[in-house]
Amino acid sequence: MKQTPLYGRHQALGAKIIDFGGWAMPVQYSGILDEHKTVRTAAGIFDVSHMGEVWFRGPRAAEAVQKLVTNDVAKLADGAAMYTCACRPTGGIVDDLIVYRQTGESFLIVVNASNVDKDYNWFVEQSGALCDVVNRSDEFALLAVQGPEAVAVVQSLADAPVAELKSFHWRSAGVAGVAAHVARTGYTGEDGFEIFCASGDAGKLWDALLEAGGKVGLKPIGLGARDTLRLEARLSLYGNDIDEEHTPHEAGLSWVVKGKGFIGEEALAKQKAEGVTRKLVGFVMKERGTARHGYNIVDESSKPIGVVTSGSLGPTVGVNIGLGYVPTALAQAGTRLQIDCRGKGAAAEVVNGPFYKRRS
Amino acid sequence: MSNDYPNDLRYTKEHEWARVEGNRVTVGITKFAVESLGDITQVDLPKEGEDLKKDAVFGTVESVKAVSDLFAPVSGKVVKVNDPLGDSPEYINEDCYDEGWMVQLEVKDAKELDALMNAEQYQAYLKEQESH
Repeated sequence: MKQTPLYGRHQALGAKIIDFGGWAMPVQYSGILDEHKTVRTAAGIFDVSHMGEVWFRGPRAAEAVQKLVTNDVAKLADGAAMYTCACRPTGGIVDDLIVYRQTGESFLIVVNASNVDKDYNWFVEQSGALCDVVNRSDEFALLAVQGPEAVAVVQSLADAPVAELKSFHWRSAGVAGVAAHVARTGYTGEDGFEIFCASGDAGKLWDALLEAGGKVGLKPIGLGARDTLRLEARLSLYGNDIDEEHTPHEAGLSWVVKGKGFIGEEALAKQKAEGVTRKLVGFVMKERGTARHGYNIVDESSKPIGVVTSGSLGPTVGVNIGLGYVPTALAQAGTRLQIDCRGKGAAAEVVNGPFYKRRS
Repeated sequence: MSNDYPNDLRYTKEHEWARVEGNRVTVGITKFAVESLGDITQVDLPKEGEDLKKDAVFGTVESVKAVSDLFAPVSGKVVKVNDPLGDSPEYINEDCYDEGWMVQLEVKDAKELDALMNAEQYQAYLKEQESH
């Protein structure tokens, strides 16, 4: 299994380690519920160095990126970032990404760990002739600091006013003496940063953040709580909720299909005009039972009509929640669904929007 | 290690424990099971008076990450259920051998108890599983 530069620290902290897409990653330290609460009420630090970083450089970099992503790259100013999908010509989702613009000739795309090779090959194949496309995933570590105290903790160690960064903006800054890119992005539904640094500096940065954050209750957080946090915030997980079999329109991501001249544009325009036949919905369990990835959503006669893509207890909202694909006719908020929880039917209700929204 | 698997209990391959007192057997899940599951969020248990069959599923335990069946270590009638677990499943995480007990059975055939592992055998079994 591949290890991040912080693997030894996770072991020393007593983390439970799992194989996540070929990476030995911490799934929990103190426990998922405790870690989840810590991020909602104080702050948490996550090692997400397994994620991939692909850089696009050259006079035609913007064009190269736009060809690959569904969202509108022209809208990005220097120092801005956006969430987007990359699609196949069919509209199937290759990956969901964040595109960061450094300058008009330099872009960073952060990709999911399990998709690094697939994405990089796709990017080079489609856009390699337009600019330099470089997979620098192994050079970079990525730490996320998330939660109501996160901004203050990172600012206390930074040599630039990172607290002034707006959501989905980034800049370079020294943090604890480490040269870094600091981005106001995350995957938890909380405020905070994602911090890129050289792999060799990750230990120093991690130690400094843990120490500075310790006073306000910051703790290390594993992938287990990362999953419950993102699910409550209703953020999609590639491989669970979205994949090449589904399109952004079906996944409720039409809001990132705004670009022009990207791969899959035609198929997505056609699908939008005709209307989708199935939709990813959020639901809250109304009866005892936890919906889990792969469970069937069934009709009155127990016939499968859809499938659960994510589900667990929402620790902050205090109810069992989930995501799943259903026929469009059943996607309206308030619709009753029946989930087959290991042979036992349990009622659920479709809800709009995130399950959890932080008070701003 | 010995505190993790008390000597006065019997154990199953499915990671339940059984405490034998006369013809009554109290059943729960072992420390190993609890640690594998992580934070437990829900338990479904049988009702008093139900008859359980050895090795048959008698309930489920759900954690944030997983769901797992509970298997009866021996056959018997349920005479007591740890009802507080309904509202406080975390007792299982906190103290799986005491407050986290699940059901108490009136044993039908005391011989079935002989087939269960003792603490030493169970720990050897865990080691063997680990090396696989």
